[in-house]
Amino acid sequence: MITDTELTTLLEDIYRQYGYDFIGYSKSSLHRRVQRIFAMDKFPSFAELRYKLLTDDLYVKHFIEELTVNVTEMFRDPHFYKTLREQVIPSLASKPFIRIWHAGCSTGEEIFSVAIMLQEAGLLEKSLIYGTDLNAKVLANVRRGLVPIDQMKKYSENYIASGGPKDFSQYYTAHYGQAILNQKLTEKVITSTHNLVSDSSFNEFDLILCRNVLIYFNKNLQDHVLDLFDKSLSPLGFLALGSKETIRFSGLATYYQQIQPEKIWRKTQ
Amino acid sequence: MEKNPVTPKLVVIGGSAGSLTVLFQVLPELRPSFPYTLVLVLHRKGGSDSHLVDLLNAKCTAPVIEVEDKEALQIGQIYLAPSDYHLLLEDRATFCLDDDEKIHYSRPSIDVTFESAAHVFGKDTVGILLSGANDDGSEGLARIRAAGGMAIVQDPNSAQMPVMPQVAIDKNHYDYVADIDQIRSYLNQLS
Repeated sequence: MITDTELTTLLEDIYRQYGYDFIGYSKSSLHRRVQRIFAMDKFPSFAELRYKLLTDDLYVKHFIEELTVNVTEMFRDPHFYKTLREQVIPSLASKPFIRIWHAGCSTGEEIFSVAIMLQEAGLLEKSLIYGTDLNAKVLANVRRGLVPIDQMKKYSENYIASGGPKDFSQYYTAHYGQAILNQKLTEKVITSTHNLVSDSSFNEFDLILCRNVLIYFNKNLQDHVLDLFDKSLSPLGFLALGSKETIRFSGLATYYQQIQPEKIWRKTQ
Repeated sequence: MEKNPVTPKLVVIGGSAGSLTVLFQVLPELRPSFPYTLVLVLHRKGGSDSHLVDLLNAKCTAPVIEVEDKEALQIGQIYLAPSDYHLLLEDRATFCLDDDEKIHYSRPSIDVTFESAAHVFGKDTVGILLSGANDDGSEGLARIRAAGGMAIVQDPNSAQMPVMPQVAIDKNHYDYVADIDQIRSYLNQLS
């Protein structure tokens, strides 16, 4: 077992030597992940893991990827997407140009879901979808529009439950165990690495989605990131978080209005 | 049950198939303002079966709260792990959620919360493993015991699905085997 002190030592090493700042991450989740990597890569002792991280740049890359990869789904929580489809997207329609930011987009399944809904609303053409993640490896997947084919049955059910009116299978073709999304859906997507801890706002958006990313941060870092989102939202923009995340405990709460019962808030000033 | 002199600050009950009927016999009978935090980790269907928290609230006198991220722990309250997340303890005052992959085909996983509770609350942890049809929970009980806490399993004879408590017994990861009445009186004599 890795102790709390050892975990802190590792995080400080990584920050000092490579500049990745995990100090504000939730200790409990990080601890589980480091423990898992430690077991998976069969280190005989903590000292060996620490030495490897201090001396092997390639291993550090792998370690950071394992530490930061997040699971994602298409149309996860269908009722959330139903609200997005019925209450958020229509109010973006009158804009000459729509900018959306998926912060911490992982392998892109949520981007693909929103792209499908924008296309169905006839708005994809005038939209730009920015997908950012700390982990560069996952972004290659976003650009190619790849989804594991064995998940498509579940995603199809999610899509229907979210009020999707079309035949879901028209949005992808099967290719060697993967589903490739129609190119139309990914050509409006721009990907970039972005670190919510250390990078600043880079544009103004009408909708920011950041679902199940903040749970991995401690309260201080959550406040910092919510402030970053606030600075990056247009005056009546929308912020969408994961189903158990909230802005209730932050300074934003007073001038954002929630679309109950979903974790979607609209900026009111 | 006098063996273990722990004064628990945290009681975690893990259950799967067949555990709700046990909870309905135990939770409504808890004495008011019990002096610990009670956490329920139940295998649930994915999606948002928000009825469970309503159902529990209808039966219990203590408030039952479905945990949101970074929710604060309070004594005398019952917390339910939300569907589709693992429930962790960030420290003695704060819950934390995590949506990493399923463990034992389950999210929330009982092992994950037991292990996190053992890590943060150490000897001040009681883990109780109820009826269920898979092998979640037993490793977590081992961790609670290793940290000096108390591990109780439901008597498989009193369980609708005896597999889950039986696995913990077979691996010897328990301090006490208790039927439903004994679990209730144990919880009510904790101080």
